[in-house]
Amino acid sequence: MSGAIVGVDVGGTFTDLFLFDPATARFQTAKVPSQRGDEASGFLAGLRALGGAAGMAAVVHGTTVGTNALLERKGAKLGVITTAGFRDVLEMRRRDRRHTWGLWGDFQPIADRDLRLEVPERCLAVGSIHTPVDIAAVEAAARQLLAAGAEACAIIFINAYANPGNEQAAEEAVRRIWPNPYVSVSSEILPEIREFERASTTALNAYLQPLVAGYLGKLEGALSHEGFGGRFHIVQSNGGIMSTATARRFPARTALSGPAAGVIAAGAIAKAAGFSHVITCDLGGTSFDVSLIADGQMELAAQATIDFGLVIRSPMIEITTIGAGGGSIAAVDRGGLLQVGPESAGSRPGPVCYGQGNDRPTLTDANLVLGRINAARPIGGALTSLDVAAAKAAIEKHVGAALGLDAMSAAEAILRVANAKMAGAIRLVSIERGLDPARFVALPFGGGGALHVGALLTEVGLKAALVPRFPGVTSALGCIIADVRHDQVRTLNLDLDSLDPTALDAHLVREASTAVAVVRDAGLPVEAIETLFTLDMHYAGQTHTVAVPLPVTVAGNSTGVTRDIVRKAFEAAYQRAFSRLLPGLPVRIVSLRSAAIGRRPAFDLAALAPGPDASLEKATRGARHVWFDGAWHEARIYARLELPVGAEIPGPAILEQPDATVVVDPGLVARVDRFGNLIIERA
Amino acid sequence: MNEASPARLDAVTLAVLKGRLEQIADEMDATLYRSAFNPIIAEARDACHGVYDAITGDTLVQGTKGLPIFVGAMSFAVRSVIRKVAAEGGLQEGDTFLFNDPYDGGTHLNDFRLVRPIFRAGKLFCWVASVGHWLDIGGNVPGNYNPRATESHQEGVRFPPVKLIRAGQMQQDILDILAANSRVPQSNWGDLNGQLNALDLGEKRLIELLDDYGDARIAAAFAQLADRAEALMRAEIAALPDGRYSFDDFLDNDGVKDEALRIALDLTIAGDRLTLDMSRSSPSCAGPLNISIATTVAACYVALKHAFPDVPANAGVLRPVEVIAPPTTLLGAEAPRPVAGYTETILRLIGVIFGALGKARPATATAAPFGTINALALSGQRENGTRWVMFSFFGGGLGGNPATDGLHHANNPISTATIPPVEILEAAYPVMFTQWALRPDSGGAGEHRGGVGAIYEIEALAPGRTEVALLGERGRFAPFGVAGGASGALNRFTWGSAGDTPPMASKIVGVSIAQGECVRLETPGGGGWGDPAARPQHAIARDIRLGYVSAEAAARDYKGRGQ
Repeated sequence: MSGAIVGVDVGGTFTDLFLFDPATARFQTAKVPSQRGDEASGFLAGLRALGGAAGMAAVVHGTTVGTNALLERKGAKLGVITTAGFRDVLEMRRRDRRHTWGLWGDFQPIADRDLRLEVPERCLAVGSIHTPVDIAAVEAAARQLLAAGAEACAIIFINAYANPGNEQAAEEAVRRIWPNPYVSVSSEILPEIREFERASTTALNAYLQPLVAGYLGKLEGALSHEGFGGRFHIVQSNGGIMSTATARRFPARTALSGPAAGVIAAGAIAKAAGFSHVITCDLGGTSFDVSLIADGQMELAAQATIDFGLVIRSPMIEITTIGAGGGSIAAVDRGGLLQVGPESAGSRPGPVCYGQGNDRPTLTDANLVLGRINAARPIGGALTSLDVAAAKAAIEKHVGAALGLDAMSAAEAILRVANAKMAGAIRLVSIERGLDPARFVALPFGGGGALHVGALLTEVGLKAALVPRFPGVTSALGCIIADVRHDQVRTLNLDLDSLDPTALDAHLVREASTAVAVVRDAGLPVEAIETLFTLDMHYAGQTHTVAVPLPVTVAGNSTGVTRDIVRKAFEAAYQRAFSRLLPGLPVRIVSLRSAAIGRRPAFDLAALAPGPDASLEKATRGARHVWFDGAWHEARIYARLELPVGAEIPGPAILEQPDATVVVDPGLVARVDRFGNLIIERA
Repeated sequence: MNEASPARLDAVTLAVLKGRLEQIADEMDATLYRSAFNPIIAEARDACHGVYDAITGDTLVQGTKGLPIFVGAMSFAVRSVIRKVAAEGGLQEGDTFLFNDPYDGGTHLNDFRLVRPIFRAGKLFCWVASVGHWLDIGGNVPGNYNPRATESHQEGVRFPPVKLIRAGQMQQDILDILAANSRVPQSNWGDLNGQLNALDLGEKRLIELLDDYGDARIAAAFAQLADRAEALMRAEIAALPDGRYSFDDFLDNDGVKDEALRIALDLTIAGDRLTLDMSRSSPSCAGPLNISIATTVAACYVALKHAFPDVPANAGVLRPVEVIAPPTTLLGAEAPRPVAGYTETILRLIGVIFGALGKARPATATAAPFGTINALALSGQRENGTRWVMFSFFGGGLGGNPATDGLHHANNPISTATIPPVEILEAAYPVMFTQWALRPDSGGAGEHRGGVGAIYEIEALAPGRTEVALLGERGRFAPFGVAGGASGALNRFTWGSAGDTPPMASKIVGVSIAQGECVRLETPGGGGWGDPAARPQHAIARDIRLGYVSAEAAARDYKGRGQ
């Protein structure tokens, strides 16, 4: 077992693990129940199921501890020290409201107003210090926060992006007094213009620090107790991995750790299978998450809103979420229109067929009534069977009666509306951005996505669907594939016309060397470290910017950047985003984003392929009636994992495996590729 | 939609098409926000896009993020282009109209509308349109919020519908006229290009959709979506008890004559029909607080959408609603009555609709939001002699409601605007904010307290004089409470070392401050909901601890409970 790398994805219901031993090219998976609130115990139980942590070379972890703490408001008691006159920035937000229409609802900031203290200090937009920071006032504030029970501290000064001097002096003073390392400083967390976004990101980072550090400490303690002597890493929202030391400094970067790992694996699986344009689809209990990979590259969003008023600004895998999951409730609204979601029965009480008390029909109930899900073999193994009659009665009563349809037609209508919503989400990330869906494959992961890919192919006009061999452990697989990555941003505010290329070059070199150092210090073997530079630019006067990838790299001690390189790159990027250039207007560079990426050794996914003893005969499990397009059809049933490479299964057919059900609609055909993936295309 | 409709679309296809159409409008909005120049569009999202009926100009589809007030107003804009084409003829594929006429489907002079026909097989199928608030279009006061204007010509330059693009050919003459009539021509040019970007994109996406589904099916979807909105709206109205509910509120003054202006509403519910009669309102006024009938109808639409958020955004909503605002009142103003301060008047109008609906269904009664836009312009000359104009709108508190306390520091119901960051403003203009804070004791007391407003204090850094102009409201009539709740605080503005206050409450122009002096704006909170005596003691104690309510105010408003 020596030298094995293990990916661990702790989800809400299960903890999934994927072990790979590069020496023997052997892999192993495990699935154990998760314990909400005690994620570490599932984590360790999973490692034990794989033979124990001793001797493993590395453990890479995708975690939802940070996400859940944010959504449930379970972070630390937070104190804020800020510029005189500005303690309410966090609470005033950008003067927005929850919904466009309707004025109800209030907002609770993550730091109470009496734990946000002001000190005399002021920096101006040009970076000059107007008022030096009053250190005695900072010390008094820190003591007052501690006395009030604050567990973490955020230091957020106005214009600190332009000059971090006052913040750094304050940090030094606070750290002398503060009894723990949980101090986050805005000019370190996000040295970028826009005070609310910087304040929110910094505060949320501090808010998560004690919890994430405690969680990591607990895992590290347990790992070392089990004799683990390897490296332990965390997946970030940007799809790269980081050391636990970096995770303790930047816990806000774990907000989308879990889903990001899944997208990474999806990208690698698709690339190996020969597809560079992919839309990943993760159908969970309450939501459907899609993410785009174009030309083999994941899309990163600059920021994410975790909940109303809680913004984290740091590069994150762009995930579009709509409220349509297996537990989404189907209902007919007062205008007579059938709606599926966003209201959800979740996993508890769950769909009607779970028999746990919900009587309103869900998408899962419709799939069951239509024969697409096997009532005798529920996914995940928590239940022994599903109640078809109850599901059918609920659909008849709540949907059929209102629309004048019988139960089967009503179930099919629920499926169509849900498919249309999912198709809408896919369209949003593809067609609506001008990308031709005929070039993309859908890659479903998680348990439910593969039930719907057929409809998505037809509805959106996608090229094909690619169902990974183990859809349920995609995120765990992603943990062991992901590159090491570190992102940085710095606001520059420079005019292009008067740009001094040497000064810009110095910025690039400096940013690159810090980012590369973080990646190198993570200590995982990487084949090479690349740096990527992006400038946020606009015409002077605009407030939004376009991201301008800069086609330069550091060689020797310079990038060779010139004004002309920057201008050409800007004009190309601007024209891609909008139809019209504005010749003659001055152009500005607002911020510089730098990323260092440590490329991990390639992982040969052929290790996952079915063995030579697999055969179509062994995989055959008979047939059952499944409802497609208004009528029952006889669909052949197969044990998916027992299908050999090259097998071709025409629809209608159902392919079952412990963690997923794949539906091959009539008119489609599924083929097993050399990695054991299923490729579903039009026949 | 003048072709024969095919059979009714099934509910599922209709739902699919509704999503596709809304995405088109949403994407047009996003394109303009991202490429606009002035922060009122880029940050405050003072813009809107949609698709409109070929013959009636009715709103067929509207973005979900567009400025709410424009949602109702845009169909009037398209109608005025339709009238022009009917009178003059000559509509061609590739045309795009531009205008800002407030009396002919506009709102105020800053709001520039672009309207473009979409042709199918050589025949007009529908219109796409874009509106955005440009920073400056001439007139006496930078930013055009002239509180002393007595006729439209003092507010800025008026454009009737003209062809900016004629059969694909940009009319340079018109661009030249636009550029010559603004203090910030580059900003306007940038915004115009952003709006054209949005129309190009909308047109492209709409044609793709028509090619996918066929013109007849899309036409049928438009008709059915409007019918559905109408059915939902009728159901909402029918659920209210029949009767006549009246509610009045007041504007401080019109900026010219210091006399309160009454906004009066008699709301009648009869079965599934609703009448909003504003006939008792004050006559047209001398100053810029008038609004045109198009704006009045649009404001009614905004209020109804907030009251019934589930009803979709299209013209069907207004079919069961009758709006009465005689041209003799300030709510049916005709040219050249000044209208720059229209935002203040519609906020009051929306407020009285909330008030009257609250009487009709007390279970959902919501106290008044802060109700003023506070259009503040600071301007001057930079050291290099160039002109700068910092123009912004400010936030305040929302009203208490049956479910929650009001939200602190929110935007007004007519907008979804976000406020420009302090750091962006300080980087762009010679100013330094010395305070950006919540305003204690500004939310109305109640079982559910009103959200508090804000305090913004801004110091002038420029060596010369910094000119100050403000058009605000609620300086004399506070945001009302409901169901026994108290009013929020009044709006308050001061400037200079002596702390001068405007003689007309919240409207001032023609004053200036020196380097190192400040302006200070304190905005109202929302009204309270329910009897303050019913506010739980722990909630009052928390308000005091967090400083939303001072101990003194709690002693007065909550009889000392919570101390």
